[in-house]
Amino acid sequence: MTTVVEPGPKEELSEELDETWHAPRGLGEWISTVDHKRIGMRYFYTGMVFFVIGGVQSLLMRMQLAGPDLELLNPEAYDQLFTMHGLTMMFLFAMPVLSGFGNYFVPLMIGARDMAFPRLNAFGYWVLLGAGIFMYSSFFIGQAPNAGWFNYVPLAGEEFTPGINIDFYTLGLIFLGISSTGGAINFIVTIFKLRAPGMTLKRIPIFVWGELAMALQIVFALPALSLGAILLTLERKFGFHFFNTEGGGDPLLWQHLFWIFGHPEVYIVALPGFGIASAVIPTWCRRPMVGYTYIVIGELAVALVGFGVWVHHMFAVGLPNVTVSFISLASFMVAIPSGIQVFAWLATLVSGRPKLSTPTLFVLGFIIIFVVGGVTGVMFAAVALDQALHDTYFVVAHLHYVLVGSAVFPIFAAIYHWGPKMTGRILNDQWGKVSFWLMFVGFNLAFFPQHILGLLGMPRRVYTYEEGLGWDALNLASTIGAFMLALGILVTFVNWYTSKARGPVAGNDPWKGETLEWYTSSPPPHYNFVTVPTVKSREPMWDQPELAEGFQAPPDGGRSLTGGHVTLSTSMLDARPQAVVHMPHASPWPFWLSVAMTVLFFFLLVEWWILAIVAFLACVSGMVGWYWPRNQTQET
Amino acid sequence: MTAWSERTRRRSRILVVTALTLLLLSACSDGGPSILEPRSEVGERIERLWWLTFWTSVVVVVVVTAFILRAVQRGRRPPPEGDEDAVDKRPVPWGERFIVIAGLVVSGAILAATFAYSLTELNAMAEPPEEPTMEIEVVGRNWWWEARYPNGAVTANEIHIPVGQAVEVKLSTADVIHSFWVPQLNVKQDQVPGMDNRMWLLAEEPGRYRGQCTEYCGLQHARMVFYVEAQPPSEFEQWLAREAAPAAPQADGPAAAGRDIFLASSCAGCHSVRGTTAAGTLGPDLTHLVSRKTIGAGLLPLTRDNLADFVLNAQDAKPGASMPPTEIAPDQLSALVDYLMTLE
Repeated sequence: MTTVVEPGPKEELSEELDETWHAPRGLGEWISTVDHKRIGMRYFYTGMVFFVIGGVQSLLMRMQLAGPDLELLNPEAYDQLFTMHGLTMMFLFAMPVLSGFGNYFVPLMIGARDMAFPRLNAFGYWVLLGAGIFMYSSFFIGQAPNAGWFNYVPLAGEEFTPGINIDFYTLGLIFLGISSTGGAINFIVTIFKLRAPGMTLKRIPIFVWGELAMALQIVFALPALSLGAILLTLERKFGFHFFNTEGGGDPLLWQHLFWIFGHPEVYIVALPGFGIASAVIPTWCRRPMVGYTYIVIGELAVALVGFGVWVHHMFAVGLPNVTVSFISLASFMVAIPSGIQVFAWLATLVSGRPKLSTPTLFVLGFIIIFVVGGVTGVMFAAVALDQALHDTYFVVAHLHYVLVGSAVFPIFAAIYHWGPKMTGRILNDQWGKVSFWLMFVGFNLAFFPQHILGLLGMPRRVYTYEEGLGWDALNLASTIGAFMLALGILVTFVNWYTSKARGPVAGNDPWKGETLEWYTSSPPPHYNFVTVPTVKSREPMWDQPELAEGFQAPPDGGRSLTGGHVTLSTSMLDARPQAVVHMPHASPWPFWLSVAMTVLFFFLLVEWWILAIVAFLACVSGMVGWYWPRNQTQET
Repeated sequence: MTAWSERTRRRSRILVVTALTLLLLSACSDGGPSILEPRSEVGERIERLWWLTFWTSVVVVVVVTAFILRAVQRGRRPPPEGDEDAVDKRPVPWGERFIVIAGLVVSGAILAATFAYSLTELNAMAEPPEEPTMEIEVVGRNWWWEARYPNGAVTANEIHIPVGQAVEVKLSTADVIHSFWVPQLNVKQDQVPGMDNRMWLLAEEPGRYRGQCTEYCGLQHARMVFYVEAQPPSEFEQWLAREAAPAAPQADGPAAAGRDIFLASSCAGCHSVRGTTAAGTLGPDLTHLVSRKTIGAGLLPLTRDNLADFVLNAQDAKPGASMPPTEIAPDQLSALVDYLMTLE
C-alpha cells in the first residue's frame, strides 16, 4: 500500500470513467439501468424470492405426505403445488439465480465493462419478472397449472383440463423463453467477443465455460419447448390436432418435444453449478485447478451428449427395444464427462490444502450429493431398471440429488464466496457452517429415504397414500428432513441480510482469488475496472502481482478506454484486441417493451383479441423506441 | 484432542452405518409392493440388476467420500512457510493420469459392463418364457382399471391370473395416459392413446399383488390402485367361468326392490350388470361386484357400510371421481345396497 497525496493516475482515470459511465438518477435510473451488476443482483434476488415460494410449496406437500391419508391439502391444491414447485424451481429459481451469477461475474471474470448487449440484458430480466408474475397470477384465481411441469397431453389438453390452468403454463413458458434465449445469446457473444486482451480460450475461467455451455444448451434446447407450448396453445385455443389422436395427432410428440428440451434443462441448471465449484475450489485450496482442459471438455461434452438422452424419460411408453437401447447407451456415456469433472475436482482438492470455509463445505457437500445423484442416474440408464423405478419416489430422490446437489449447494457456495464481491461485506463464516450442516443433514434426511420409498413401490405425484404399505415412517423422516433443510436455508438468508449491513468490509480480494473479479473493488464501480487488464495467465491474480493493487497501469498493459462509453472487443480464439465497441446507455425502452409484452400475454390468456392487438402495437412502439437512432444526444 | 476427534469420528461412522442398514432393512419389510420382494422371474432379474448397480454405486460413493476426507485431512497441514495464502503452483504429475484412469478408463469399463449386462436382461425380459395362455385387456380409466377376459368376463381393479402361466396383458386407455405397474411381477408399461402396448405377467406364487398407476393422470392418480390375484389354475378357471356368467336373477324381497331402483335410476346409465338392462360403460361392471374385495380402485374394503357411503357420495372418499353424489332416501339406499350385495 502506498499513501497517495496527489491524485494518482488511478484516481484521475476513475474520475473520468465515473463521468462517462454515470447513469441518470432516481426512478428513471432504476427502470432504465443496463448495468450488468445491477441486473445480476435483480436476477439473484428475484430468483431467491421464487426459491422461498417454491420451498414453501414443497413444505406444504411434505406436510400433506407426512403420514398416510392426511387431509391438509385437497388433491387439486396438491396438484397445483407440485406443478408450480417444479416450474418455479427450474424456471424461476435455478435458471435466474445461475444467470444472475453469470450476469454479475462473467463480465468481471473476463475483464469486460458490461455484457455485449446491455439493453437485451435489462430486457431479459424484466421479461423474467413479467413471466413470473404472469404464471403466479394463476394462484389468485385458484387455477394454477396442474398437469405437472412435464404437462403431458392428453391430460393437459382442452378435454381433460378445460380451465385456463394450462394456458398459464403454455403462454408463461413461451414468454419466459424469450428472456432465456436472449440471455443465452448475450452470454455467448460476450464470452466470445469481449474478453480482456490475452485471455485466450485456454485462459477462460471454468465458471465462464460453464455459463457458455449452459447458454449453448439453452439456444438449442429451448426452441423445442417453445414449439411444444405453441402447438399446445393452438390445439387448446383453436382446435388444432397436434397431439390429439382423434384428429390424427400423437401424444408422444409432446413428450419428445418436452424432453428434447427437458433433459438438457437438467444440465442447463447443473453446468453453471459445476462452474461455481470450479471457481471455488482453486481459491480455497490454494492450487490451480488440476486437469483444466479435461474439465472444460467435460462440460462441453455433457452439454453435447445431453442432447442425446431425452428418451430415457420415456422408457416405459412402449418404444421399440432397439430405440431405447441407443438412448440407454448415450445415457451411460453422459456419466463419463460428468465423472471426469468430479475426479478433476478430487485431484485438485487432494493435491491442494483445502481450507474448510463455508464455500468449501458447500462444494464438498455438492460433490457428495451430486455423485449419489449421478450413480442413481446410471441406474436409470439401464432400461430394465428404469422401467421398474420410473415415476416412483426413487426418481424424486434422484432428481433432487442431482438438482439440489448441482444447483442449490453451489449457489450457496457462491453466496458465501462471491457475496462479499456483490455487497462489499463478508458473510459470517460460523453461521455459514451452521447453515451448511443443517442443509446437508436435512437434505439427506429429506431425500435419501425417498429412494427406499421408490423401491417399496410408492409412485410420485400422489397426494396421499394408504397405511400398511411400509411407507409411513420413511415419509415422516423425509418431512422432518425437509424442514431441517428449510431451516438451514433460512440461516443463510438471515446471515446475508445481517452481514450485508454489519459484516466486515471485504476489500477488493478477501480470499486472494485467482480470477479477475477480484481485481476491482467490492462492489465494483459501474465501469467494472479502472483499466481493462491484459491477461498473461489462467490465474491472472496469482501470476500478475501488479493486479493485486486493483490497477494495471497502462505501461503494464492496462487500458483505461476513457474516450467514451466503450469496451474492448477481442478476437474469438486468442483474444487479440480488435475494436473499441460503443456500449449503449441506459434506456427505459426494454422496461416498456416487457411491460407491454406482459399485458399482451394476459390478453392472449383471456382471449381479448382486440386489446391483444393494441398491446402488440405497444410492443412495436417499444422496439421502435429501443432502436431509434439518437446516438448524438445520448453520447454524453 | 486427536484421540477425541478419532473417537467421535469412529462413533459417527458407526452411526452412519447403522442408520443406512436400518434404512435398507426397512426396504425389505414384508407385505408392501416392493421391488425387492419379487414374485416373478422378471422381478428377480430387476432385483439382481438393482443390487448389482447398488453395490457398484456404494463403491463409487465410498471412494469419492474417501478422497474428500483425505482432502480435508490434507487441509489441516500447516501452510508452507507459515503463509496461509501461498499458492502451490507445482504441477501435479499424477493429476491428469488420475483423471483419465479414474474418470475414463475405470468408469468407462464399469459403465460398459453395466450397459452390456442391462441389455441382456432387457432382451431376456422382452418375451415370456412360454406362449401366453390368454390375453387380458386392461383399460386404464379416470381413475380405475377395467379388465376384460376373452370369455366375456369383465371386472374392475382386481385382475385374476393363473399362477405359473404367462398371460398377455393388452394395455389401453379410455382417456389420458396411465401406467400399469405391479412392482413384484413386472416393470411398468404406459397406456397411451393410439398405442397398442402389451406386456405379460407370470406370477410364480399365489398371492395378492398390489399395483398402482404410475403416470400422473389427474386428481385421483393417488387412488388408482389395483390388485393382481394370482390363483392356482383350477381356482382361476372357476373364477373366470363365474365372472363370465350373468348376474343371478332376483326373486322378491328388498334385493329385488333394490334392483328396480338400480335399473330405474342413474346407476344403470354408467354401470353394467350383465343379465339386466343395465349396460352403462362409464363405470365399473358390477355384475359380480361382491367377488371383489375392494371398491373405489383399491380404496375401501368392500363392506355394506362402505358401499352405502360410496353410493351416497363417492366424492367424500374420492374427490373428483366421475361418480356423482346420489339423491336417495335412506330406505331406498338400504334396498339398493342389499341388491348390490347380492351380486356375487
